[in-house]
Amino acid sequence: MTSVTQIAQPSGKAKVGFQLKSTHIRQFMMAFYLLLFFAYLFGPLLMMSATAFNDNAYPQVTPWGGFTLKWFKELLNDGFMIEGFINSLIIGVGVICMSIPFGLAGALMLNQVHHRVRGIYYVIVLSPILTPGLIIGISTLVFWDWMGMMLDADFESPFYNGIWLTILGQATFISSYTMLIFLARLQRFDTTLEEAALDLGATRNQVFWQILVPYLKPALISAAVLAFLTSFENYNTTVFTIQAESTLTTVLAAKVRLGITPAVSALAVLIIGLTLIGATVHEVLRRREKKMVNVT
Amino acid sequence: MNNYLLPLASLIGAALVIVLLVVYQRSSLATSTGFGRFLRRNGIVVSCYLILSLIGWLFFMIILPQLYMVDFSFSQNLPPSKIGGPEDVYTTQNYEYLLFGPQGGEESFNWLHLKIFLRTIIAAVVVTIIDLAICYPVAYYMAQVASSGRLRLLALCLLLPFWVNEILRAFAFRILFGSGGVMNSVLMWLGLTDQPVDFIRADVALYSGLSYAYLLLMIFPLYNAIESLDHNQIEAAKDLGCSWWRVHFEVVMPFAKPGIASGSTMVFMLSCGALAAPQILGGPSSLWFTQIIYQWFNTGGNWPQGAAYAFVLLLVCIIFVMAVMKLFKVSFGEIVK
Repeated sequence: MTSVTQIAQPSGKAKVGFQLKSTHIRQFMMAFYLLLFFAYLFGPLLMMSATAFNDNAYPQVTPWGGFTLKWFKELLNDGFMIEGFINSLIIGVGVICMSIPFGLAGALMLNQVHHRVRGIYYVIVLSPILTPGLIIGISTLVFWDWMGMMLDADFESPFYNGIWLTILGQATFISSYTMLIFLARLQRFDTTLEEAALDLGATRNQVFWQILVPYLKPALISAAVLAFLTSFENYNTTVFTIQAESTLTTVLAAKVRLGITPAVSALAVLIIGLTLIGATVHEVLRRREKKMVNVT
Repeated sequence: MNNYLLPLASLIGAALVIVLLVVYQRSSLATSTGFGRFLRRNGIVVSCYLILSLIGWLFFMIILPQLYMVDFSFSQNLPPSKIGGPEDVYTTQNYEYLLFGPQGGEESFNWLHLKIFLRTIIAAVVVTIIDLAICYPVAYYMAQVASSGRLRLLALCLLLPFWVNEILRAFAFRILFGSGGVMNSVLMWLGLTDQPVDFIRADVALYSGLSYAYLLLMIFPLYNAIESLDHNQIEAAKDLGCSWWRVHFEVVMPFAKPGIASGSTMVFMLSCGALAAPQILGGPSSLWFTQIIYQWFNTGGNWPQGAAYAFVLLLVCIIFVMAVMKLFKVSFGEIVK
């Protein structure tokens, strides 16, 4: 395309004609590029979904052996997967219970920390986002293992329990995510509301529960959804902290590494379906929040 | 060793109290200390919640585990019964192992691990550049060309694959690039090759899988940066006779610097810290550095060694972030946003 414009330079009339054409070409190229891009984005997922319904022992689209649902049945009979799924749910709920209060506290403290330490405070609380997940997993594992040893904890205690450790490890960085969500919402918080409530005789406690928390409600919900989904799909941190237990993701990874079967594709179809619902809910809530902001 | 847990805990407590004492000293109430002001501002219950949360999160989840991991990486791999005994002394042998290999080994350097380490870093840089190249046109289109309705649709389409489990995304690429996969069927149908190409061994599957996994973390920072550019500036540059590629290289890209910095950092970090994609898509002869760390913790059974390797990886990431911050002259806050 560069050459087209360059050739067009010499004569004025030709230039106009060519430039019109070149913008058309450029628009066409852009559309074509976007098409390729979204093919790259969705192609692999669609193909994988197709293999879930193919009656072929190996997850392939071709040759098409006919439509079947037997991979879904196989999935339901897989005890490891079911156990992993339940653990993933427990961990997800645990992470929500931890990362929401921590993220909120982190966000509320940002404006109250002395301005000289504010910079370093900000770096520390957000550093988990930029730390590779496996390093968070390793540091959580070795630290609590050591703590357990120091305190002469029983081997059955939470210090050595994969589920507890995974909740701790995941909540470390998910709290940073939730904190960013709270910060974004708090930026638009009208502090005069708090002052008005105090002037009218509300206690600090009442202000917190009856002014701040209701104001933050949309952020609380979207933070919870984000925390759960992030926890549910996490692998890098979990694989180190989970120890003898398992989550759906670690079961899946072990399965995929050992040998691939269409049952994994079937699970993928289910998870894609669930995440589609989750993401849509998240998206709708975010939209609604944005609309509310525009109105006020 | 049992006896230094208490001093440690009190140290944390003291440190936190100091932080809180300096909390809010800008107050106009000269009579009250910073801490009193903090208590008054939040009420006792909320103050306690804030302090306890910070102790829990900041100290027991972020700072102490990281510090302990560094400390741990300098310790020896001892059975529990010997920990705290006379043999439990600091050592640099875990780091020496990465550089020189086992003591008394045949080679003077641990080329196997060093090569994997360098390969991982270089591959992560390559993935970052690929992502930047792929995402820039899309981000530009979304920010400057697309109408708001189309923009919303595009953003939603971009978000959806991001929510699919990382393992499953890698699995999808394994199906795509496998010897009986769609990619090979298409190539053979086109007559470009008679035999299935081993994309897995050639690491094509790994690179495209990794680029795919972190596309979004590149697009959104880029979009945010380009979106704030006034479209009139582009028009002005065009009117003054700028060719389309000069508009991009001399107007849009310099303006989008913070976005490029932020996106590149995220993609680099995540790809050099990736574990699932290399495990699933990596060729049999090529390992990722994270896989070695994983081996030390599992089959290798040498945790301090693994911690040392992990710390080296963390150092590389820190150096990368600092380099990007300096090179692009952006602040930490701009990167994380």
